[in-house]
Amino acid sequence: MERFLFLTVDGLSRGAVYAAFALALVLIWRAARVVNFAQGAMAVATGYVAYSVTAATGSYWLGFLAALGGGLLLGAIVERGVMRFVDHRAPLNAVIVALGLILLIQAVLGMLYGNEFRPVATPFSRDPLTLGDLALLSRYDLFVFGAVGVMVLGLALLFTHTPVGLRMRASAFAPEVSRLLGVNVAGMLTLGWALAAAVGALAGLLVFPTELGLHPHAMDLVFVSAFTAAVVGGLDSPPGAVVGGLAVGLILSYVSGYVGSDITPLAVLVLLLAVLLLRPAGLFTIGKARQV
Amino acid sequence: MTTSQLRARLSMPGPMRYANPLIRSTLLRHLLFAVVAGAGLFALTGALGPFRNYQLATVAAYLCATAGLTVLTGLNGQLSLGHGALMATGAYTVALTQNALADTGRVSGGYLLLSLALGVLVTVVAGTVIGAAAARLRGPYLAGVTLAVAVVVPALTTTFRGVFNSEQGLSVYLAPAPESLGLYFPYERWQAWIAIIGALLTLLLLGNLIHSRFGRHLRAVRDDEVAARLAGIHVGRTQVLAFVVSAGCAGLGGGLLAVLAQSVSPGAFSLTLSLYLLMAIVIGGLGSLAGALWGALLLVALPALTSTITDLADPSAAVAQRLDGNLSLAIFGVTLIVVVIAAPGGVQGLLRRVGRFVGARWRVPTGR
Repeated sequence: MERFLFLTVDGLSRGAVYAAFALALVLIWRAARVVNFAQGAMAVATGYVAYSVTAATGSYWLGFLAALGGGLLLGAIVERGVMRFVDHRAPLNAVIVALGLILLIQAVLGMLYGNEFRPVATPFSRDPLTLGDLALLSRYDLFVFGAVGVMVLGLALLFTHTPVGLRMRASAFAPEVSRLLGVNVAGMLTLGWALAAAVGALAGLLVFPTELGLHPHAMDLVFVSAFTAAVVGGLDSPPGAVVGGLAVGLILSYVSGYVGSDITPLAVLVLLLAVLLLRPAGLFTIGKARQV
Repeated sequence: MTTSQLRARLSMPGPMRYANPLIRSTLLRHLLFAVVAGAGLFALTGALGPFRNYQLATVAAYLCATAGLTVLTGLNGQLSLGHGALMATGAYTVALTQNALADTGRVSGGYLLLSLALGVLVTVVAGTVIGAAAARLRGPYLAGVTLAVAVVVPALTTTFRGVFNSEQGLSVYLAPAPESLGLYFPYERWQAWIAIIGALLTLLLLGNLIHSRFGRHLRAVRDDEVAARLAGIHVGRTQVLAFVVSAGCAGLGGGLLAVLAQSVSPGAFSLTLSLYLLMAIVIGGLGSLAGALWGALLLVALPALTSTITDLADPSAAVAQRLDGNLSLAIFGVTLIVVVIAAPGGVQGLLRRVGRFVGARWRVPTGR
């Protein structure tokens, strides 16, 4: 029972990160109909920004903020500098360009920082707090839940209660009509990419300390898990991404706890295939069939 | 001849362009080409030193995989990021079979053929499983699944470390070159022969395949699934078959790489390899097997070239270590982005344009 409780808490904490990352994928998918395969590499790049700023200033929080700002900037650069020029009539093009970005970003990071794992500091202790005899959440887990919660709430408010959010939704839903109504559609697309990259950066910041640390390839497997989470929830649904993330986190935690941690990558693949073959539109979307 | 006439002539079905009835048959023409190319390469291996022969063999091994991927992605429109993992499947099968054969004392070169065939067979089975799932998926979904395959398969070597020996991988037992070739026959030349024969065989089979009815089905499905279905093509079956054929080629390529390196390890078949393969065929030119050849050449030439350049610049050891590999990775990434945005035809597309331009200028009108 204790073990089950521990695995559940651990899974939820992991799942919160997947949820944040899946949300970043969903944001771009909704804005541009592109699955950003470079999301992981972009998050790693912002992770190195945080690492450098923290090393220079000695403050975790300055690094944290720098990474989020770097994410916004990187997302905008990628959209304005590259994705804007891709011919989106063939869906393969955007995917291939994203793969080119992965190679480029990982290579530049490798040149700047080398290909070794760099340990990342945490702002809070990762030792679990105890309730009576039960070892439960660590302070860091609470921080993860808090950060992801604030981010989800903020995005929800942005999209449903602000004029900018309304314009962003409008330009994604009906770009031509929005343009006629005076919405800066191109600007909204850039903003969408920037926001998504910042969300991805947050997910990266939260996950690096729990993995082996920073490395140009640190997000490869996390990306696959988060993609699975996004597919579980349906690429079109932000609430689906959050639920999907938590579900994938729990499943992976149980698999690694009860079967063995070596098998988790295989579990991700099986889960992804199962969802795609049984309900390709995701478990949480209703209505129109996917048209890709 | 005006450009439009030339275009009309080029767009005619291939064999019509040839006056000689003997080379009107696609199979015979390809066979002739393969024999001539084989003879030329055979002569070339004699002229080259061991290192160049090794590079030539590596190009040939990559060519098997890139040609297969061209058929899948270029002609059938299915994106696969998992071909590095399929190559790993072939490579590990060859390694395990060769070592098992060596344990029972069966070590002659002929058994290598058996190992390679088994490598292709096992990869074909794996390809059938993935292809069956892939046929139901589109665009980014398919890319996501194959990406998962690319990440997961190397991780399996740790899960089943008893068989695959984790990160260290396995060494591959290989018999020396046959004694009939002479006592001092360079081993690299022998490896180059094996790889070249494999690549020519792959090209010959694929070349005929894409000129056949099946090839037309592939392109029809890529261009418009609904129209293809209306024309009576079984879309799902065509897609699965394309994946199976492509997987078989990747398996052979992986098996040949195992033969060349005489060892297999998960590091050699990481996600980066899968990205490299895709990148190679995109930069080479997605539409044709010639593009796959340019891609395979690029995969071997560019890293060698960049390391030569970094050596020339003579940086300190620490800088050189960081640049090594990463520089070619960066160049590949930038080239990939630029090609997709600015020159979708890749190298082969550019060459074809140059050829057309020169042809329109210089070719004497034949009156046809």
